[in-house]
Amino acid sequence: MIYNNPFLGLSDFVAPIAMQGFVIAMIALVIIGTLIDIIHKKNVKYFFNNAKKAKKNAKIQLTTSQKTSVILRTVASDIATTSELGRGKRRVAHLLGMYGTILFWVGSVVMIFCYSNPTSETPSFWPMIWHVGALMTVIGGGWFWFFLRVDVYSEAQPWYRIIKADLFVLALIASSLTGLIWSYLQFLDLNDRWDDKVFLVLFVISNLVLFGGVYWSKFAHMFYKPGAAIQKNLAEADGSRDNLPPPADAPEQFGLGIKREEPKHY
Amino acid sequence: MSTFVYMTRCDGCGHCVDICPSDIMHIDETIRRAKNIEPNFCWECYSCVKACPNHAIDVRGYADFAPMGHSVRVRREEEKGTISWKIKFRNGTEKDFVSPITTKPWGKFIPKLSEGDTPNQGEIKSQILYREPENLNTKKDLPTVSKDSFKKGVYY
Repeated sequence: MIYNNPFLGLSDFVAPIAMQGFVIAMIALVIIGTLIDIIHKKNVKYFFNNAKKAKKNAKIQLTTSQKTSVILRTVASDIATTSELGRGKRRVAHLLGMYGTILFWVGSVVMIFCYSNPTSETPSFWPMIWHVGALMTVIGGGWFWFFLRVDVYSEAQPWYRIIKADLFVLALIASSLTGLIWSYLQFLDLNDRWDDKVFLVLFVISNLVLFGGVYWSKFAHMFYKPGAAIQKNLAEADGSRDNLPPPADAPEQFGLGIKREEPKHY
Repeated sequence: MSTFVYMTRCDGCGHCVDICPSDIMHIDETIRRAKNIEPNFCWECYSCVKACPNHAIDVRGYADFAPMGHSVRVRREEEKGTISWKIKFRNGTEKDFVSPITTKPWGKFIPKLSEGDTPNQGEIKSQILYREPENLNTKKDLPTVSKDSFKKGVYY
């Protein structure tokens, strides 16, 4: 199953050009949703105002190379390894979901654009990437959904309480899970039975919700969070520090403090 | 004054929700970030401000005594056992303060009360508090107040 390109099987009754059109439509939905989000919430204006304030309060004038080095460090630490989440389970679950989703989406795009023609031969690498990515997303997302959501973890809400903030994670889990089940049923070769078509429809619907719901969901956080991390680290480097005091000149000798306990004392 | 959250800095970890003595720090239902649901009930205790690992929480001053443009921010560093404050006045004057928050390693010297001996009725009824006098670093008998000296209507 893991080496099976599910989009190749789909090409028997859906033209590759239609699949490619669907991918382009989803990308367009993300761009439109993010733009409306930016206009409505004025996030970009906020970032620019913050940058202007930081520049005014800067103690050191950073050179281009210093700024580049801060940005590269932020990309390597804050963005690539989500270091702001500390060393706990939330970070592992987030990394599983983040890299799983990237693999899943890259695998989908490559297979749909390069290997969805009935005559094409798919290298085993891409289906493997697609399946592993989907599995990682389901594990990371499910772990987060059932155990690590802060309203469940710190506010004692039950795991089945669904709120608007869950739209993104639920749509993400649904698209990966239905995709995996669809691929498995296709692999079983059930002689054109209804099962895999049902999961194909569910896969399409969950993708529509995920990419079409950008304005209402937390989807755009994956664009804003890196921006916020870069701004935060630049403010630390130029001394403005968002008006925070500088780190104390003292040795680290007292252990983790409040960080040694999870916020779970409700 | 009441607290507010910088949404771009908050990662929804829940430390402020956990620590708020007024139970007014909650998780937003749309973006799953912390927010102060009832600023009027904020005690200005700064617990959430100090507990936030991302320095995402700030305190908004009343306009009459803390006019726009001022800033009071805090950085708590448990590993160093320090708490630092930066006061920035409206005219640009800045003051930095650093204070110790502990002199003992975190998590040690916490009395394990559940493992201690259960006090008997005599000890419960006495005027001496639990683990007195040894926890006051003395072995002497502590003075007590005679019940006869209490005003009528007060019973122990």
